Amino acid sequence: MSVEVPDLQKLADLVVEQARPGEQIEAYVARGGETSVRVYEGELEHFVSAQSEGVGIRIIKEGRTGFAYAGTLEPTAIDEVLAEARDNIQFGTVDEWAGLAEPDGVQQVPQKFWDQELADYPTDKKIEITKELEKLTLAADPRVRAEQSNYEDGWGETAVSTTTGIRESGRGNSCYVSVATLADDGDEALTGFGFSVGDSPKEFDLGKAAREAADRATRLIGATKPASKKVTIVLDPYVTSQFVGILSSALNGENLAKGRSLFADRLNEQVASAKFTLVDDPTNPLAYTATDIDGEGLAARRNVLIENGVLKKFVHSSYSARRMNTKSTGNATRGGFAGGPGVGCLAMQVQPGAKSQAELIATIDDGVLIQDVAGMHSGVNTISGDFSTGASGIVITNGTLGAPIREFTIASTLQKMLLNIVSLGNDIDWLPMRAVGLTLVIDDVMMSGS
Amino acid sequence: MPKTQTHEPLVSPDVLEKVLAAGRGTGAEFSEVYIEDKRSTSAGLDDGKVEQVTSGRDRGAGIRVVSGETTGFAHTSDLSEKGLIAAAKAAALAAKQGGGGVNKVQLGSLTRHPVNEVKISPDGVEKSRKVELLKRVDAAARGVNPAIVQVSAGYGDSRRRILVANSNGVLSADEQVRTLLRVSVVATGDGGMQTGYDSLGHTIGFEMFDENDVEELAIRAAKQAVTKLSARPAPSGSMPVVIKRGSGGVLFHEACGHGLEADLVGKSASVYRGKMGELVASPLVTLIDDGTMTAEWGAIGIDDEGHPSQRNTLIQDGILTDYMWDYLRARKEGRAQSGNGRRQSYQHLPMVRMTNTFVINGKEDPDDIIRDTKQGVYIAKLGGGQVDTASGDFVFGMTEAYLIENGEITEPLREGNLIGNGPEVLKDIDLLGNDFAMGNPGTCGKDGQGVPVGDGQPTLRVRSMTIGGTAA
Repeated sequence: MSVEVPDLQKLADLVVEQARPGEQIEAYVARGGETSVRVYEGELEHFVSAQSEGVGIRIIKEGRTGFAYAGTLEPTAIDEVLAEARDNIQFGTVDEWAGLAEPDGVQQVPQKFWDQELADYPTDKKIEITKELEKLTLAADPRVRAEQSNYEDGWGETAVSTTTGIRESGRGNSCYVSVATLADDGDEALTGFGFSVGDSPKEFDLGKAAREAADRATRLIGATKPASKKVTIVLDPYVTSQFVGILSSALNGENLAKGRSLFADRLNEQVASAKFTLVDDPTNPLAYTATDIDGEGLAARRNVLIENGVLKKFVHSSYSARRMNTKSTGNATRGGFAGGPGVGCLAMQVQPGAKSQAELIATIDDGVLIQDVAGMHSGVNTISGDFSTGASGIVITNGTLGAPIREFTIASTLQKMLLNIVSLGNDIDWLPMRAVGLTLVIDDVMMSGS
Repeated sequence: MPKTQTHEPLVSPDVLEKVLAAGRGTGAEFSEVYIEDKRSTSAGLDDGKVEQVTSGRDRGAGIRVVSGETTGFAHTSDLSEKGLIAAAKAAALAAKQGGGGVNKVQLGSLTRHPVNEVKISPDGVEKSRKVELLKRVDAAARGVNPAIVQVSAGYGDSRRRILVANSNGVLSADEQVRTLLRVSVVATGDGGMQTGYDSLGHTIGFEMFDENDVEELAIRAAKQAVTKLSARPAPSGSMPVVIKRGSGGVLFHEACGHGLEADLVGKSASVYRGKMGELVASPLVTLIDDGTMTAEWGAIGIDDEGHPSQRNTLIQDGILTDYMWDYLRARKEGRAQSGNGRRQSYQHLPMVRMTNTFVINGKEDPDDIIRDTKQGVYIAKLGGGQVDTASGDFVFGMTEAYLIENGEITEPLREGNLIGNGPEVLKDIDLLGNDFAMGNPGTCGKDGQGVPVGDGQPTLRVRSMTIGGTAA
């Protein structure tokens, strides 16, 4: 990585040096800290200042894998973790494909992950910003209440070393502000949120966060439940980002290897509308989840997954690649020191269309602008493809936005929705999520209401 | 002698007193030390192979200092006196308001309130026996039908020792043991792939597997996937819904549970604000939250603020009787805590959370409820859910469901979400069975923290809910 962390790398190296004959060892060490400020009604509600650290050790011997972790970097604890991981090997099943990643010569694309200004940012200023955001939000609309105004920042340092020759370390920091809003509508209240993300607090756009939070809470006042019917849906960038994000599971090479991808046997076939091109590119510094290395320490890279609707590639870690007789695409994921690597897309990007959201809406006779969805985790099955989520938004009639609606669902299957994409917006929004946002228009979706 | 009384406290009371005093060093009126030492073992089987056995250790302290309306919080993995005092000073600084002061803190004697006995502590059980369970699950699921093409199974156990001390003199400890087994199955047929899932989890040790048949669990999950291969698209629109006993507790968790948490009510972010004493549900509904419910997934001896867990009646015969409380919210209202102050780990601040939330028995024979329904949907297994507490709108997924036609359960349905509005759905419950059962172990997420919860209910009918299917 661009900034090295020698002391953590040394800790990881010390573990790896203890490998016995026939053992492959990977040591992943991490430490980090966070600040969390919450303001309510002009007062500081909480201030959290916290640090954490830990180590995860994976050992593979004769095709069997063992793993252990501990939330500390004390030398005696690291020794215990190593012993536990070694003990756990005997219970694994022999897997001929088990193994660690090996350096593959792909060069990292240097990026900037550390902002010294953020690292030096004074505490009282963080509290000031949070209070200012609450104030701006309340000023944006007299109907709006603020449930909480937050400032969060965090920093992390990691190092990974393996017996196969991987040695990577790095550090990064980031910050954001967010505000949760309420607007009363009779007995009920409607909720909204706004946020702003930056390398350092000076990049925050508090005004925009406040306006969006006020708008989200108020736009559904007086909303009714619609009647059930087939409609064209226009997904707001924030919703599109969630929709695209769930495709990661179907494009995951390990799911493919284990028979859990709805794209199995579809390589080089038309799986989506010809207007849809999907790329995973963590080397793009504009992506919120941009990274220079993957969860196994290989260089992150650009992979075209769906091109003009044709399925081109699955993403792989070294394990899934070995199983599928291909090479890692640099897509190992890692949630921290408490687990081994998985597989997934890292920074998903969709090729934008030519028109703005307003221009796209103007072309729709009978549709719904979907501004929010609920239950993506409970109503979408990425193996069968069944898709059903709760939703709220605004009715589109003859190209014009009309009344707000809520408490309905939209349903189809992922397979059909991809094929039914009719247009994409030019409104790329680099949201703080795994996938980019833009307006996406999908035909022939069932809306269920009263 | 119960096992829970054999351990020394994680940190000695005299050190705790010094740390609590340091926490109040800037004049704060309340300080608290939360110490956690958790050991866990997990094992995963997928694609016929035991992929990995994992051992984990998480240990540390979270220190909270309250000054007026402001909470300061810091945590550390260093449990030495020096480490704890440094964290206490950081928390005190974070909450600094008003003048400084010197404080003396005197703790009461250590109390414990175990709610259930652990017969076979999982850390004393050979890992090979844990792995063996997964192999049995795999074999049983695959044996159901050749259409089963993939099985993934997971085993997990944890032993979490906590110690809570605060400047009001509370000194309380608990040992929380949890054991879990889960299985996911994929079946394939002409119409594509379908999935099945089931799980088993209790706050007991390895004796859970003497009392439960893991093969049965695997077979249930496998049959669910196979059944769905011939499922038709779920209907779209509003209709009566019958929810099988033990599978619909999540409905109450989402429809009203979250909305009865005092932190959300306090900020008027709940549709149930200002409704105390009012009819908020069908008179058939009595809703309980009970952290003392022996061996259920949300059972706790003490909450994560050191308060003994309790059985709390939230809705009695349809009338809202209480919210759930933690220390801060109860203090503000000048009332007692209810044992609902929980946190994910020592790295998190406590807040109001549910434990085991359930609706008690009604009078109907469950078969009569189905017979009485001319046209509708029967839900045998619910997935997760999500709620907007302010509006009351909530969704939950149905992972195993059937059509009801002329009072009989007929064809299986594909998956989908249901959507409803909490207060409306609660009032729309028109039949309640006499066959109460608790459901699967769950993890409830709120403000980025996950805690184990249980839920349950007898078979019941909601007069009308919106089914988010695709069939007109």
